[in-house]
Amino acid sequence: MSHKRPNQLFRNKSAKIAAIPMIVTALFVFVGGTAWTIVYSFTKSGLLPRLKWVGLQQYERLWDTKKWLVSIENLFIYGLCMLILMFVIGFILAALIDQKVRFESVFRTVILYPYALSFVVTGLIWQWILNPSFGVQGIVRDLGWASFTFDPLYNPDIAIFGVLIAGLWQGSGLVMVLMLAGLRGIDEDVWKATRVDGIPTWKTYVVVIIPMMRPVFITTLVIVTTGIVKVFDLIVAQTGGGPGIATEVPAKYVYDLMFQAQNLGQGFAASTMMLLTVMLVVIPWAMLEFGGSKRHG
Amino acid sequence: MAEQEIMIGPRGPKPRKTFSRRNIFLYGTLAFIAVYYAIPLYVMTVTSLKGMPEIRLGNIFSPPLEVTFAPWVKAWSQACTGLTCEGLSRGFWNSVQITVPSVIASIIVASINGYALANWRFKGANVFFTILIFGAFIPYQVMLYPLVIMLREIGIYGSLGGLVIVHTIFGMPILTLLFRNYFTSLPEELFKAARVDGAGFWGIYFRIMVPMSLPIFTVAVILQVTGIWNDFLFGIVYTGPENYPMTVQLNNIVNSTQGVQEYNVNMAATIITGLVPLTIYFISGKLFVRGIAAGAVKG
Repeated sequence: MSHKRPNQLFRNKSAKIAAIPMIVTALFVFVGGTAWTIVYSFTKSGLLPRLKWVGLQQYERLWDTKKWLVSIENLFIYGLCMLILMFVIGFILAALIDQKVRFESVFRTVILYPYALSFVVTGLIWQWILNPSFGVQGIVRDLGWASFTFDPLYNPDIAIFGVLIAGLWQGSGLVMVLMLAGLRGIDEDVWKATRVDGIPTWKTYVVVIIPMMRPVFITTLVIVTTGIVKVFDLIVAQTGGGPGIATEVPAKYVYDLMFQAQNLGQGFAASTMMLLTVMLVVIPWAMLEFGGSKRHG
Repeated sequence: MAEQEIMIGPRGPKPRKTFSRRNIFLYGTLAFIAVYYAIPLYVMTVTSLKGMPEIRLGNIFSPPLEVTFAPWVKAWSQACTGLTCEGLSRGFWNSVQITVPSVIASIIVASINGYALANWRFKGANVFFTILIFGAFIPYQVMLYPLVIMLREIGIYGSLGGLVIVHTIFGMPILTLLFRNYFTSLPEELFKAARVDGAGFWGIYFRIMVPMSLPIFTVAVILQVTGIWNDFLFGIVYTGPENYPMTVQLNNIVNSTQGVQEYNVNMAATIITGLVPLTIYFISGKLFVRGIAAGAVKG
């Protein structure tokens, strides 16, 4: 009658063996890899990584490089515009679709499909549409407005906005979906109550709904921000960083220095700066989300 | 009599008129927005079906006067990347060879992770899980080079196998989260009953968890196929020219500086590259949305 009890040690062992890939990834790639890059950003690595300490020299050089400064400036402009416009457009689209419209799924499908496309495809499409001779500018000129100028990809001053147009087109559907989920999560009674009180719809959105959607906004903020910092393929495909260095971004700078210019130290320093930028957003968020109250589920 | 008349009268809230001012504004705006989002796909399609002379004369919005599939054929089998002229077909097959094993490997690994985390919590498991989730936010650039070294040490840097491992690693955070949350939501009695019946770690996984989780596996497949197919960075860093995925080859074709730009071929190539994720998107519909909602990390 001996009922075999599951051996505690064996039970743990099996799960642990199964989790080896996760443990290896977490420790060696995510923690180890990140630490390795940070450590080597303080060395004089060139073609190959070398442990020859040079202190903050790589960082000093980095912040002395025109291309890096332009990259940071672009990331800032692109990021700020992207954040604001993604939120505004995403929210308005979600609010419009939430008006119990017919053919809702058709509208949703059309607005979200760009998100299924890669950044390379997105960049190339918009490179074509913004082509000054054949695209939007050419068409308006053909209509008779001969002096019309709209050539974001050929004018260094506004080239980053050409990329912004493409980025918004690709990603705003995602924000719409997230916001729509947020709107749908709000109790119908809230709407009934404000209607009874005679509060106009727009005011209900501003005063009641938006504050209630704070968690959704925060999640969206984190997703959009990490996406912005990672922007790379879109630039490579649409502008190649040009004209000149007008649309360079940090992610591309890192790639160029590490794999083209073979200046690893600069690449490590630049990628560490990228990490720092992301952490400035993620750590406060994580503390808000997981730090204060106990986690559920 | 009077009572009956009341009963006959309309009930429920007053129906809104179909052509009220509000509706015209609402549907007008939505239709305008939908057209804006749809235009690039339209422009791409019509451009790819025109001959070059027509492109030079007309505008990008006009439908083709003479439909030709020559640009599609050329994009598929003859377009030049600056080095070779064998079109996108090679990149397509490379992408297939990359995507299929990467999707399978990443989903197997992540589903087992999720299962271990949900049902077999061992000491320290949550530490690794937290690291994993944080890892989702670390810019890839930070881990690019250490991974190059690791793959080089194993001797698979530049090969398809190496890229499969990279995709498995970087797909792990979100997929593990997805599976963990799903397995946690399954009734615990099932797991306990199987334990009482003497089933072990793998027995429960294969006989109970996997068969019960087909929807989440489908979501994971959609998420991974689109994600890996659309990848550019890992493809360019971890493979060589002979293994470049389709996105990299597409970029090389369109942005190659040699020769005259053939916009119709470029656009045909662009559509062909986007066709796989687009097809998945239009077929899967709600599941795709569920996938990206899951990607929207929510512990």
